[in-house]
Formats: sequence, structure tokens, C-alpha cells
Amino acid sequence: MSKQLALVIDLNVCVGCHACVTSCKEWNTSGEAGFMSDDNPYARDPTGTFFNRVQTFEVGEFPNTQTVHFPKSCLHCEDPPCVPVCPTGASYKRAEDGIVLVDYDKCIGCKYCAWACPYGAREIDEHQKVMKKCTLCVDRIYDELLPPADRKPACVMACPTSARLFGDVHDPESVVSKAIRDSGGYALMPEWGTHPANHYLPRRKTEITLHRDELERVDNPLKIDGKLPKPDSRAPSLDDSTSW
Amino acid sequence: MCACRCGIRVHLRGGQVRYIDGNPGHPLNQGVICAKGSSGIMKQYSPARLTKPLMRKPGSERGDNQFVEISWDETFRILQERLAKIRSTDPKKFALFTGRDQMQALTGLFARQYGTPNYAAHGGFCSVNMAAGMIYTIGGSFWEFGGPDLERSKLFVMIGTAEDHHSNPLKIAISKFKRSGGRFISINPVRTGYSAIADEWVPIKPGTDGALLLALTHEIIHTGLYDREFLARYTNAGYLINLDPNSEMQGMPVHDASRHEEIPEYPRNMLWWNRLNEQPAPCHQPDADPYLLGEFTLPDGMPVKPAFQLLMERVKDYTPEWAEGITGIPAATIRRLAHEMGVTARDQKIELPIAWTDSWGTEHEHVTGNPVSFHAMRGLAAHSNGFQTIRSLAILMSLLGTIDRPGGFRHKAPFPRGIPPIAKTPRGPEGVQPDTPLAGLALGWPGTPDDLFIDADNQPVRIDKAFSWEYPLSVHGLMHNVITNAWRGDPYRIDTLMIFMANMAWNSSMNTMEVRRMLNDKDESGEYKIPFIVVCDAFQSEMTAFADLILPDTTYLERHDVMSMLDRPISEFEGPVDSVRVPVLPPTGQCKPFQEVLIELAGRLKFPAFVNADGSRKYRDYPDFITNYETETGSGIGFLAGWRGKGGEKFMQGEPNPRQWEMYAKNNCVFQYKLPPSYQYMRNWNRGYHEWAQRARLRRHADPIVIQIYSEVLQKFRMAAQGRGPAKRRPPAHLAKRIETYFDPLPFYYEPLEAQVTDAHKYPLNAITQRPMAMYHSWDSQNAWLRQIHAHNYLYVNPAMARAQGIADDDWIWVESMWGKVRCMARYSEAVEPGTVWTWNAIGKAAGAWNLAPGANEAELGFLLNHLISDELPHPSPPANSAGDARISNSDPVTGQAGWYDVRVRIYKAGADEAQQSSPQVTAVSALPGMDGVRKTWLAFVAGVKK
Repeated sequence: MSKQLALVIDLNVCVGCHACVTSCKEWNTSGEAGFMSDDNPYARDPTGTFFNRVQTFEVGEFPNTQTVHFPKSCLHCEDPPCVPVCPTGASYKRAEDGIVLVDYDKCIGCKYCAWACPYGAREIDEHQKVMKKCTLCVDRIYDELLPPADRKPACVMACPTSARLFGDVHDPESVVSKAIRDSGGYALMPEWGTHPANHYLPRRKTEITLHRDELERVDNPLKIDGKLPKPDSRAPSLDDSTSW
Repeated sequence: MCACRCGIRVHLRGGQVRYIDGNPGHPLNQGVICAKGSSGIMKQYSPARLTKPLMRKPGSERGDNQFVEISWDETFRILQERLAKIRSTDPKKFALFTGRDQMQALTGLFARQYGTPNYAAHGGFCSVNMAAGMIYTIGGSFWEFGGPDLERSKLFVMIGTAEDHHSNPLKIAISKFKRSGGRFISINPVRTGYSAIADEWVPIKPGTDGALLLALTHEIIHTGLYDREFLARYTNAGYLINLDPNSEMQGMPVHDASRHEEIPEYPRNMLWWNRLNEQPAPCHQPDADPYLLGEFTLPDGMPVKPAFQLLMERVKDYTPEWAEGITGIPAATIRRLAHEMGVTARDQKIELPIAWTDSWGTEHEHVTGNPVSFHAMRGLAAHSNGFQTIRSLAILMSLLGTIDRPGGFRHKAPFPRGIPPIAKTPRGPEGVQPDTPLAGLALGWPGTPDDLFIDADNQPVRIDKAFSWEYPLSVHGLMHNVITNAWRGDPYRIDTLMIFMANMAWNSSMNTMEVRRMLNDKDESGEYKIPFIVVCDAFQSEMTAFADLILPDTTYLERHDVMSMLDRPISEFEGPVDSVRVPVLPPTGQCKPFQEVLIELAGRLKFPAFVNADGSRKYRDYPDFITNYETETGSGIGFLAGWRGKGGEKFMQGEPNPRQWEMYAKNNCVFQYKLPPSYQYMRNWNRGYHEWAQRARLRRHADPIVIQIYSEVLQKFRMAAQGRGPAKRRPPAHLAKRIETYFDPLPFYYEPLEAQVTDAHKYPLNAITQRPMAMYHSWDSQNAWLRQIHAHNYLYVNPAMARAQGIADDDWIWVESMWGKVRCMARYSEAVEPGTVWTWNAIGKAAGAWNLAPGANEAELGFLLNHLISDELPHPSPPANSAGDARISNSDPVTGQAGWYDVRVRIYKAGADEAQQSSPQVTAVSALPGMDGVRKTWLAFVAGVKK
């Protein structure tokens, strides 16, 4: 089976720190997919191109609230709806590793792909007039000038909680396939039939079960100091009123 | 850049920063990097960079933001002349206060050599309660000083906002902890940050953590879930306390005067009541075992009880039901939490095959641990009851037997240190003399009232009144009161205030608008009440407008830096770590590292430590200073512990090595010493470790550091307030009650001081802040990428509470406290308990500051909660001769920690006709000379490409 590179994002440990957001921007603005422009960088309503953003939302009502940090970037769909709609062939999926890319030389900035993408993962660069998106740092991961340990997407390298796993989801023995299999990995909006390569791992909860006998122990240290309450020997007892 | 001090690699292309990533060989961050670290490019090339020394334009008013360029020569001439004159007359009239200073060992040395007592960093308004509360109890604290051993812990409890101390290492550890099946409980009024991934969120009302901790202690003691053996052997729980009402020493542990004390300031001659023979015995006698409970009579008739008995009596009424009414946490939940902690600690014991010997000579075949760990920081600290709250936490951790043991809390070198640590300030004004270094440290650790820094009339020597009877254990100073005190001339006027990296005219001050007014205020003679203000920073801030002289600092990429053991350490559990930064870029414009400014001035002013015998300058520059400086001539102790000795063959102690910088650079810029495993645990009482620490000169003594369940230091202060006891000094009458109340040797709960004087019906809500993860330890509105993550802030409100007030999501509202009001936008959140509102701190900016356009979100929509917070409270017991308007700092009465999180507010909808703009607003400032005056309308950063 061909290779399909992807990210698996573990929501169980993501704390929403935005390290993936800015490390992506930092690598890519000076990389092959750059630049990544910023409008009004020092004025009202700053806005710029990001390949990866963290959305934070709440689930449930107080006090049963979950706060979810949800990093989102191009999901590198196995069946990407952005590719067939592209009138120039600029939007394409690589056969060798499944990465979905945009050829800036062919892109005319018509935004059809952005409309077709159900995940809102594409961002038009108003200055370069081309559509931009996550490349899985294709200009890093095959760069033989980098030490092998560094040949990973910038966001994966940066992530302080290692919430971002990277690998080939078609290889059942890869770290990402194992994580999806073992930790209930899921794809976003499967009903769209896009078969996203990126997956998410859900929150998992650890609880402690306490048994009553754990609080009633013979080795209770209060006994050593004579403080586990003992009845007064003068208090009424069965001994006082039974004669057989 | 940041107080976390992760190791980074900076990659250049064509002389510009291509990218910055984490250094995989650095023990702190192990290769990862945060959002801020990855945005370093935009910090480096920010248009808010200061690039030239500037002087307030002659004839312009302070605060008008009118400056002219001057040369460094002229700058040094002005400073030398002014500072020399003050130094030779009254050195305390020069005050040096620093913000997020990572060079406190140098700034502190500079102040000490100058001879001024008026020096501190930002600890007083940050987390001094955390440092003091823990260090006075267990000899160490969180963050730089120690932390949770999440590698081996099974249950981790994080209380209050604590995520930024320190951020990446904690993120790495929590992730591993969760993945290995650990249980994570977060106790916090707000569920954000790391609390989001907690297995259980326990919402709590702000400032009530002490009540919770004491109720947990109550439950753990009353169900017998404490580690008796640990308490008996390693704490003072079994020490007999004198309860003779007729004794001068009532309330003190009984000292056996017949036993010789090797180190009088750390006495070891206390008594146990030995359970094995029902007799009094010297404490810690290996073949004895103390009663922890009960009451006894010594042969001389003195009634005594073990300290633990007194603790049990203290927490008797602190029941879970009592705490429920205060904290808002159901009693059943409190009980369950206590049981989870106690049962996990008891039943999941860790046993490591590591032999060690304790301070009393007993050999142990194993190191054992109870896998329950905690973390807390400013959430607990920034309340005026924080010191006692944090004492309660340290005692709970000790009850569970988790101090410096696997799976619990572990120290980081040079901690643990004696209780209290040895360093002391001078005891009186005679320690401050013209043209003479200070006779002690500017900040120290009082052990008795006699260690206070006061004059014969009980008046403070320091401008911030630290180490006075008002805030005796203010071990990090009270930077938050410096401007108010200097303006008022109470205790005295100063001449020159030098501020490094602190935004006192905005987010680093309480009562911000008044502080701005004070900075500009003049006396009857037309002189500024604070005559001369020097500001050193890398960026234009709200503070720079109030400077008379601005010194442009370099960024972290442009200078040498050391993360020194003499400063706040970056050690790991396994042993000491220090590190360096080496510059990768040349200074921008005329920027000069602040360290170089200090070295230059120290040479010009001829400080003894900075000149040779012939008066010539001793150090060429900062790197030369770092290489060659020794704490005392020939001490072999310097800023860096690695590669010392002539050839770099020594560590911790050794002669200066001329190639030390080179050797650090070759070794990943970091030095890590790993202690043998038998020295890595139980370091309060580990004989081998103490001998090593003494030989390495980390510690003066090698005596055990016994946990202070019952605080002898606090009791000495209390006794002084009661007019008795061993200390010679007595507090003035108006403060006696305050000292007696708050210096309780056992932990207790009281409502924060501000709440005590607030009408809770009028102001029913607690208002708190936290820093966002993308901007920990910095203000990054000058950063084009980070400000896109946080351009403006909202007040987060519980929807049910807000709806009851008719406030809809995103409505403009007023937030009002006793002290002021702020207009801002409300944002609904189900992740905040209904009695609390909160916001991201320091996102709101003054118009034009940080070289943002005046209409930027930060100024128009963002807001600062500081406007609602007072730096002072009405004095509850003013001195008899005061006019009736006496004030006292809005701070913890023990440590002077600023009570940031104590403010109470009400909220209501803004009028439909009101401007949709945050309030208050200030007049916009413009860019300064040397700054990029034309703001780009868009950016397309590509490193190293010729434009």
C-alpha cells in the first residue's frame, strides 16, 4: 500500500499553548511554502496567514464543563475534495506520500478549493494571491541536511506535550497507526467521505476507586498514639447484664 | 527572554533569524519550545525596539514622551555623576528595582556594592508567598526550587493558576504523567490551560484555598491517613511544645539546655516524649520513637504537648462541612479528595533499591516514596492570606510523607536550605554608609525579630518597608509599593529610581492611574517628587514615557547571559544545572546589554568588587566578569559552576577558567551535574548529600533540615508581639496585634484582608487574572504573531450569573471595585465558577505604547484589571499619631506579597449610548527617536532575503 503521511493529535494532552501555531508560521514563512503574510501587524485587527490554528471551545455547563483545545490544519484527506475542484491543477495530492499541496505557480487564487474543503483548512494569501495550507513541512521532512531527528514537521518538533504524532497511517506498525488503533483515534466529519489522513485521539479519564476497607485499617497510625477512640471501660456493656 | 530559560537553537540565514527551535540536549525543555519561543523572530525585529539612549527633552514634562538622543558616553557621564554623588552622601536615595530579571545575582551585587538597601526584583508582587511559605516550612519550594516528581507520581493535584512556573518542563511532565495513567486533579476557579486536561476539575472560590487545605488536613489526620513514620522522623511533629502559661517561652519547642549546640541559629536540642519507655528523650534519637499525640508533664513540672497534637487541635473545627461554606466545594468532595490522597500515598508506596544514610546515622536500604504530588504558584500566593495557605499546603504534603521522595515533591539544588536560609540583611540603618557596600544583603531571610531591617524607632530602612514590622518576612521585597512610598516620602524621599524590565506605569503596578500620576507629581518647589527615573528595557513600554533617561537593552539573542546557581537556579531533581546564552546576532542600533551597563558603572563608581587594589577597573566586560568574579577572593565560587579550575577540570568550586565560556558553548551551553542516586532523595536529612553540598559549598552547614510543622520562627515573632521571648526587639504597639495574629506558628485560615473591609453584598464577585500561555513571563503585544493570538481581552463571566444581571455575551460592561472601574467586554464561559470573573492579564495596553497604532485592539478593546486593584488598604490599626488616613500595603501581613487576586467587584451593563471602547483611556504616545516610526501595513517576513 502507498504511504500516507499524517498527524495524529492527542486531545488528551493538548493544553492549547499555541506552540504548534507559531512554530509552523516561523518555519514556513521563510520556507518553500512562504511567505506567510500578516496584515495590520501593529494596528487594529491584526490578521495573517497560518497553516495551523488552535480553536478553544467549551462543552457542557458549569460545573460539568470540559475546555477543549483543538488544533486544526489541513487533514491531508485520502480523497481530498479540494483537488478535483481546482481548475488549474494547482491543488494536488502526492502519490508518494499522500501529502496534499498547492503549486503556487499554477494557483490563480480562485478559492474553489477553500469552498470545497469542509474543514476550513485553507487560507488565501491576499498579498501573494495564492491559496496556502499545511504542507506537513515537506521541505523539512525530506531534507537530508537536517539531522534525522529533526526531519519532522515544525509543529511536531515544538509541541511541549508531544500531542502531535507524525507518521504513515498506512503502515500498521507506525506510531500513528498504533495510536489510532489503541487510543480510539477518530477522523473529523467522516460523513463527508473525505477520509482525512489526520486523526484525533479523544480525552481519556483516570479515576480512583476507593473501597471502604481502605479507610478502616489495623495499621491506622492513630492507634500507635492511642487516639483511635476506645470506649470507657465503665460504660455499660453486655458483660454487665448477662449471666449465662 | 523568559523566566523559564529553556535551551534554544537559533538558525540564521543571511544574517537574519531563519528559525528558533528547542535544544534537544537541554535538560529543561528537551527540544520542545513554546509559542513565544517560536515567535522570537517577531520579537527581535519588532518596531517597538528601543535602539538609542534617550534623554527627556529639556523643557518637556515627564510623561510627555518627548526625548532626545544622547550618546552612551553622555549617558554614562550623567549616571556616574549622579550616582557617585548619592553614593557619597546617602546611598539609600538610589533605588534599583527590576522586573522579570534573570540576572538578580548581578543586579543584587550591584546594589549591594553601591551600598543601597533599596533593591529587589519582582518577586514581591509575583509569588513570594510561595517561596516564603514553603521555604520556612520545608526548606524548598516549587519552580526553581523544586517540584512534583511526575515521573513516578500516581496522583497529581494542581491548585490555582500555576502553569507558567515553569511552563515547558511542566507540560512535558504532565503529558507523560497522563499517558502513564496518572490521575490529575485541578483545583481552580477557572478551567483553562492545564486544567483543561485534568481528570477532574474542582472549582473553588478564589482566596479560600487555605480553608480547603486545612479541611483536607483535618480529614487526613482524623482518618489516620498520614505517614506517621515520616512525620516522627523527619519533621518537628513530635517536638514537645512548652505550654506553661507562666513561662517566658510558652509556645516554643522545649530546648534541652544541657545539650551542646554546634550551630546556635539551627538548634537541634529539642525533646520528644519517647513512646518506647514513656520518658522524654532527645529528638531524633535513633532508638526512640516520639508520641505525636497526647499531653505530658516534664520532670520540672512543665506541661507540654507534641506539635502534632497542637496541629490536630488546630484543625479540629476545620471540618469539610466548614470548608464547604467557604470554598464552595461540597464536603463530600473534600472528604473524597483527602481519601484519594491518603490512600494513594499509603497503598502505592514506591521502593527504590537505593541505600542512604540519614543525618542521625541510621542506614536505610531503600528510598521509599508516596506517589502523591502537588503544584501551585501564584493562584495560592497572590492573596493576602497566601503565606498561611501555602504553609498549610506544605504541611499537607508533609503529612502525606511526600517531601523529597520519589513520586512526591523533590528539591532542586541548591535547595533544600536551612530554615530559614542563612542570608540576612543588615539589622539597622548603620548597615548603610556612604561610599561603602551594604553591610549585608539587600534581601534576606529573617529568623527572629532581631533580624529585621529597622531603626531604633522601629522605622523601616528600606523604601518599600520590607523587613519591617509591617511585613517582616518580605524576602523578595515589595516592589509594588516603591513608587507610592517614594512619592509620599514615607519612610523617606529618594533621588534616583532605576527600573529594569518592569512596566510600573502599567501592568506591573496596582492602582495604575494613581501611580502614573505619582510618577509625574512635583513638590512645592517644582521638583519631581521622584527626582530622577532611569528605565532600561529592550522595548518601548508604558513606562518609558516616564523616564528621564532611557537605556536601550539588547534582546536575549544579542547578549551573553548566565542562568546561574547564584541566582534563581535551573537545576533538575538529580542535581545542579546552570547554563549560558551566547549572542547569535550583533546588538541592534546602539543597544547595550544591561549587564554591560552595570559592569561599566560599577567600574566607574569604583565598587570594591569591581576594581583592583590600584583603583583600576577589574573586569573588561560582562563575559570577563562572569569568568573571573568570585564571591570572595579565592572562594572558587562564581556565577557558573561548570568547567571551573584552570583547565576546566573542576565543577561547583574551582579557580576561574579563562576558557569557561568556550567550554559551555562546546557543551550545548549547559552544565548538568548528576548526583549519585543515594544523594538524590531525602535531602533534608541525607548525611551523604549534606556532606557533598558542604564540600561543594552549596551549604555552609551539613545539619539536617527538619520540616517545620510548627514554625519556631513565626512563634518568635508572635512572642515579641506579646512582649516576651528571646528576641530583643518588640513591635510598635499599633502593630503588635497584627504580628500576634498572623505569625501563628500553626497554619490557620482567614479571609483575605481586602475582603475583610469590602461590602460583599455590594461587590459580590472575585476578579482574578492569569497570563496566557503564548505570553508567559513577557508582554508580547509588540510581537506581530503573538498579538494575533491575544489582541484584546474579555472579562470571562459565568453565563448564569451574567444573565441574572441582564448581561449578554459580548456586551460592553462596567466592572467596578471599591477602588475604581473599568469598561470592557464580557464573554460567557461555563469554565468559571459563578462567583468569579477573570481575564488575561497585561493584554490591554495604553494607546500608542509598544509602538502599536493608537487604535489597536490592545488599547481600544483590551483592558487592564489593575485599575480596579489598590496597592494599599486603610490601616486597620494606625499608629496613634497618624492623621486617620493611614494606609498599609494591600499585601500579605507576613511576607508583603501583593494581594493581586483579592479584589472584589460588581459588574453591570454599560449604557447603550456609551462608547464601545475600553475605559480608562490615556493620551496616546508616539514612537521614540530611533524606533521605526512608520508602521508597516503588512508584513511578509522571509529570513535572509535581500530586499
